[in-house]
Amino acid sequence: MNMRTPLKKVYHLGSAKEGASHFWLQRVSAVANLFLVIYLMGLIISLAGADYITVREALSYPLTALLLLLLILSGVIHMRLGMQTIIEDYIESEGTKIVALMLNTFFSVFIGAASVWAVLKLSFGA
Amino acid sequence: MANTNTSVGTKIKRPLSPHLQIYKPLINMVMSILHRITGAALYLGTVLLAWWLVAAASGPAEFRIASEFFGSTFGYLILFGYSWALIHHMLGGIRHFIWDTGRGLDIKTVDLLSWGTIVFSVALTLLVWFSVLVFG
Ligand code: HEM
Repeated sequence: MNMRTPLKKVYHLGSAKEGASHFWLQRVSAVANLFLVIYLMGLIISLAGADYITVREALSYPLTALLLLLLILSGVIHMRLGMQTIIEDYIESEGTKIVALMLNTFFSVFIGAASVWAVLKLSFGA
Repeated sequence: MANTNTSVGTKIKRPLSPHLQIYKPLINMVMSILHRITGAALYLGTVLLAWWLVAAASGPAEFRIASEFFGSTFGYLILFGYSWALIHHMLGGIRHFIWDTGRGLDIKTVDLLSWGTIVFSVALTLLVWFSVLVFG
């Protein structure tokens, strides 16, 4: 006899195997991006053409560094989820899909790690 | 038309639903695919953003190489494209937020929001570059 309820059986069986959490995280990160990207555009406009010392000082200012770290976090989560959707839509072969999804994760984590390293070094490094 | 064999072996032609290529492109279709294309372009372009941060963190020599790239004609072209993609995708995202609340899904509003996305994305991008000229 099967004691599992019908809900339990279909749970996690959607194409992404993770229910609505992909959608929700995509939206939360999109809202965070909205504010943080507007901030980033302001920052970049104010630094256009600035010399090295000025850029370094601006990027290591505590609030700036903090907001940059938050943008890196929400940006990386968002771009990874977004590219996952694109991959799932266009790649049919299961093997290729798994490899592409893995590369997507590696790329996103790499970009995130490099950027976080840079911001931390600007803040705390010599 | 697709060919199908019936159980008695005679071929009958069944109609297929029309494909994407034969529809006249509607503004909402174009904005939908542009949201995806700009998303993918922003994805790849994060390499440049990360490079800029790493260069600033590495030292004056590394930063000069990055600055020279971004300050070149090709660099400006890339930055202009990236700023438009970012703004267009951002406005497209806001449009999605409105739809997520169940509002604005009638044809008239969909068309209005779609045209608004493209018009405002171009206008805001020009405004951003105007600000660069003024404040940069
Ligand atoms: C500026 C603020 C941003 C907002 C408001 C935003 C909003 C959104 C929303 C709502 C979606 C989901 C669309 C859907 O469900 O069909 C989405 C998809 C996506 N976003 Fe963003 N986004 C932003 C920034 C970014 C950035 C910076 C990147 C890349 C680095 C990015 C990459 C993507 C990708 C790859 C997709 C998937 C596109 C698709 O499935 O067609 N977004 N974005």
